[in-house]
Amino acid sequence: MSSIAAPGERGRSRALPSSLVWGGIVVGAIALLAIIGPWIAPYDPDAFSVRVRLQPPSAAHWFGTDEFGRDVFSRVLAGAHYSLGMGFGATALSLVLGIPLGLIAAFDRGWLSEAIMRAVDVLISVPPILLGLLVLAVTEPALWKTIVAVGLVYVPIMTRIVRAVGLGLLAEDFVQAARARGESAAWILAAEILPNAWPPIIVETALRITFAILLGSALSFLGLGAQPPASEWGLMIAESRPFIEQAPWIGLAPGLCLCVLLIAINLLGEGLRELLDPRLRGRG
Amino acid sequence: MASYIARRLLAVLGVLWAMTLLIFGIVHLLPGNVAYMILGEYATAEAVATLEARLGLNDPLWLQYWRWFSGLLGGDFGRSLVMDRPAGPLIADALAHSAILAGISIVLVAIIGIALGIHSAVHKGTLSDRVLTLAQYFFIAVPEFFWCILLILLFAAWLGWLPATGYTPIGEGGVLRWATHLILPVFTLVSGLIAHVSRLTRSSMIETLESGYVLAARARGVPEGRVLRRHALPNALLPTVTVLAVDVGILIGGIVVVETVFAYPGLGRLLIFAIENHDLPLLMAGMMVVTTVYAVANLVADILYAFLNPRIRYGRAAA
Repeated sequence: MSSIAAPGERGRSRALPSSLVWGGIVVGAIALLAIIGPWIAPYDPDAFSVRVRLQPPSAAHWFGTDEFGRDVFSRVLAGAHYSLGMGFGATALSLVLGIPLGLIAAFDRGWLSEAIMRAVDVLISVPPILLGLLVLAVTEPALWKTIVAVGLVYVPIMTRIVRAVGLGLLAEDFVQAARARGESAAWILAAEILPNAWPPIIVETALRITFAILLGSALSFLGLGAQPPASEWGLMIAESRPFIEQAPWIGLAPGLCLCVLLIAINLLGEGLRELLDPRLRGRG
Repeated sequence: MASYIARRLLAVLGVLWAMTLLIFGIVHLLPGNVAYMILGEYATAEAVATLEARLGLNDPLWLQYWRWFSGLLGGDFGRSLVMDRPAGPLIADALAHSAILAGISIVLVAIIGIALGIHSAVHKGTLSDRVLTLAQYFFIAVPEFFWCILLILLFAAWLGWLPATGYTPIGEGGVLRWATHLILPVFTLVSGLIAHVSRLTRSSMIETLESGYVLAARARGVPEGRVLRRHALPNALLPTVTVLAVDVGILIGGIVVVETVFAYPGLGRLLIFAIENHDLPLLMAGMMVVTTVYAVANLVADILYAFLNPRIRYGRAAA
């Protein structure tokens, strides 16, 4: 019963892992910039200005300008919400579908769970990028389709994890007791299993957000996600390729921002794992 | 062990069959007319009708599926619409090129990743361990497509040491020129995966080194080198084997990106070509081949896992 906090332990404050704090601060800052970006951006991110094409970084243009004279700093700022939206949107979709499917697969003993797990086995044996490519290949590319495709790609993984967690909890005494009391299956799932299943699901969610941003921006980079003139970071990097020698800042600025965001989310996930995984508590 | 392998093999065949349904289903059941998708929205009605007749798109779906599926079984991968050539040889040629990239990469990832992981675990807490851990955070977070840009910028544009893109067959430019075209793509592919594998090997090795039986071996006075090699390593590598199989999936994703950026004539670039040109027969066949490769990689990993894990090797645990 190590996974459930004892009543006395809950109130006691524990020092938060530093990775959680730093990751949280950076992700929070980027999220804040994504929200207030439109108000603090020095230029219109999509406005062409032929006279200032391909200018290196300067006081007027912090990250320089691109081949159309657009201000790269304003574009990077305006692009933050794409990456965050892809990461959180796709992961949210995989949670919304994966949690119920996983719980059903854990609880049901009949054909339903068998069918779910067979489908999961098949979908998990396809490389993630292929599923995404397959869905995006047969429709016109658009950002929301990329988010849906990436979200669907991770549903089987989420289902499998939730099922494993659920199966572990089903064997616990408090669930057995609830069953003995004659509580309904739906009630047991909602009131006994789900509240105790959160820690591993949260840890996995943080990991998935990183992968979702990576996959989503890679698809945008390949031209199968956000479409021009969107300032999605992966797309910006793809568009910078012809000017890589002449004006490297066009691609470096969004790329470095993407790296900072991904490192911060990784740190956040690592911190959450330290905080929530009882096996790691008290280990250096 | 034999029955375990047979069971896994059967499961792989089942998965591949289900994949034919999935690929066919997505391509043919999603909203949108397949012929219009291929020809573009300004196609004339006659052109659409001609293409529909040529591809047999007016036949019932089960018949279309059966034609495609039985073709695959007989080694007929269909015909590329854009290049107007059989898809099979195109894919085989591209697959050979990709296999070189993937093969070199996965071997490097396994060797370097495991070696660095063990080094970190044995020297836990030292300066080199800390530096490696820090480097792992960085390398895991850099997306492949951004690595490509950074490497091209550094080694091709600024230093001028390596060619930025392209490919030279061994027969034309010799081994050296062929190899120079591989360095940047391989570096891009392995950097993140080495970080991934070494991080996992480190934590599983540390866990093993703290376990009771390693303590017991040390207490018996077994030399430290032997403790590491004979007692700790086989168990510590079990999770690594599983992760290597998962990494093949990530590697395939990386290959699609890397081949596109470096203009390398492999299967990943062929898939993107098929998507960009709406070459659906080529796309479906290419997807099937990639899925098969991935399924086989996972099968190999499962068998290796079973071979390393005595509980499965001696048939005491059900799979």
